[in-house]
Amino acid sequence: MSEIARYRLVLATLGFAVAALFVLSLTVGPAAIGFAEGLHALFSGKAAEMTVIMREIRLPRAILGLMIGATLGLSGAVLQGYLRNPLAEPGLLGISASASLGAVVALYSGLSLAFPLALPLSALAGAALAVIVVRAMAGSSGSTLTVILAGVAVSAFSAAMASLALNLSPNPFAALEIVFWMMGSLADRSMQDVALAAPFMLAGWAMLALTGRALDVLTLGDHAAASLGIDLHRTQFLAIAGTAASVGAATAVAGAIGFIGLVVPHLLRPLVGSVPSRLLPASALGGAAILLLADISVRLIAPERDLKLGVLTALVGAPFFLWLVWRARRMAA
Amino acid sequence: MLERLRIGWRHLIGGNPLEVKNSVGHAGRSSFAAACAGSLVLASVLAMPAVAVAKDGAAPSRVVSTNVCTDQYAMLIAGEGQLLSVSHLASDPHASVMVEAAKAYKINHGRAEEIFLMQPDLVLAGTYTARATVELLRRLGFRVELFEPVKDFSDVREQMVRIGKLLGREERAAELVAHLDTGLAAADGVASGKTAVAWSANSYAAGTGTFTDAAMQAAGLTNPLAEQGIRGGGRVPLEVLLTVKPDLVITGATPYDAPARAQDNLRHPAFHDAFGVERQVGIPDAYWTCGTPFTLEAIRILRDAAGATQ
Repeated sequence: MSEIARYRLVLATLGFAVAALFVLSLTVGPAAIGFAEGLHALFSGKAAEMTVIMREIRLPRAILGLMIGATLGLSGAVLQGYLRNPLAEPGLLGISASASLGAVVALYSGLSLAFPLALPLSALAGAALAVIVVRAMAGSSGSTLTVILAGVAVSAFSAAMASLALNLSPNPFAALEIVFWMMGSLADRSMQDVALAAPFMLAGWAMLALTGRALDVLTLGDHAAASLGIDLHRTQFLAIAGTAASVGAATAVAGAIGFIGLVVPHLLRPLVGSVPSRLLPASALGGAAILLLADISVRLIAPERDLKLGVLTALVGAPFFLWLVWRARRMAA
Repeated sequence: MLERLRIGWRHLIGGNPLEVKNSVGHAGRSSFAAACAGSLVLASVLAMPAVAVAKDGAAPSRVVSTNVCTDQYAMLIAGEGQLLSVSHLASDPHASVMVEAAKAYKINHGRAEEIFLMQPDLVLAGTYTARATVELLRRLGFRVELFEPVKDFSDVREQMVRIGKLLGREERAAELVAHLDTGLAAADGVASGKTAVAWSANSYAAGTGTFTDAAMQAAGLTNPLAEQGIRGGGRVPLEVLLTVKPDLVITGATPYDAPARAQDNLRHPAFHDAFGVERQVGIPDAYWTCGTPFTLEAIRILRDAAGATQ
């Protein structure tokens, strides 16, 4: 099979998996609604409360699961290519945590009540700040270690500040929500959340997709890329702004969800060959599939509790991360 | 709606037999006493067990309450000058009905150190008060009486009688019990056939065996969560609430000023599509966070709401 044909097959398989998981996500929930019944209610609009459940509770949840998963997979692939660092992803670099901090500030200060767009915008600002700090710390050489350590510092600081803000809130429920902002959840989100986050995520995806060709050439090194006519400043802007917009909006409505951006590109890279631009759409689809799967699982494992998504993604992601570190050590030796 | 609640509240606070005695002079004296106690604390610790025990038979005169429910019992039952301090929650309108009355007392945060400085002869605490604090106070020789959260109205009667006994104010306690019983009898509790779910922040709902459930029953409402097998408090996701479809959804009427995601469930469009304003009843949490005669006001609001949905 030629490489192109195999790439198309991978994309088609992933696309099918995402579609199947999306439908499955619509049919899983605490209310006992049959598979066919539920889908019928979704489209016909005849069964009153069942239609409300399908259209206003499950549909936004499935849409957000798909879009946020795609955001994390895509941004992970772009960050790994752009920073030429196998460990780069929004969670480990502190981008998700600072987006959470931004969202926490907007939400708990009451700013987002008066001006709803403040929520994604503030999360976006937090995310952008983290990418800029990590990029600056990486410098031109960008050693793996420096980038990860900068990410650890940004992550710890943002998480601590968010916890502080939540603990100081006069609302006693706020402190309990630290878990949400650190681990993420899609429980009982509404179409309002979709309307708020989707435009930013779509804009972010567009910017990230435009980095594809530059990432291919960047595998040859900065100088070679520049001599081949790649505008490095433009690429940097697209990568930073695209990540900030998409991850910021995703985090603003669902909290920080770790490891998807790390695991998915690594799993798919052997399948699509080591061409960064091909990895981008594959990672987006892979991320969507994994997050939908995680969100279905939290509802099956503990239907009456709001189990956080980050618990499941860390369960798979953390051992994988250790394995990556182990492999990196062996290669260095 | 809000106006009606406020009037109802004033009526309760102002009317007999729930009249609350404000004693400003007493508060002034006690802070002076605490200051003296503070300066002497080191000396007294060294000298001997620093305990002000009430003399045999005499009613305690320096009572400190550290729990929002015992705070309200104590404020309702204690005689002039008997109660020294109440918890900080007593002046939080989300938890306490007696915010105004609480101003007459010193505020504590349930910490062993500040309670020690007050040198109480009786400490009233909830069973959920930090264990270490209770142990420490007892080791220091203070008398600590623990009160369980109430589950029904017989618990409320029992606790009021018990506090009456502890404070030597049995008559006052009996008066309050009689007031409660009269109110409950007036509410009659005959099932109206209406179903209701008390659904609050984070989608927590009151199942069977909770005081909220007892108050709903007293108002003649049926809790459909009993059929779902939900005992105690439990999370009832929005989806489930929509399929249970109660006639009324009872929400808290005192939202916090500062926002939190916890209250998003009450703003979800699906919730508003399914339950119009006529099917939502706001009951200030303070009315039934603790079981007091004030819970009668919650019952009255519930009965009115059930009547309005005919």
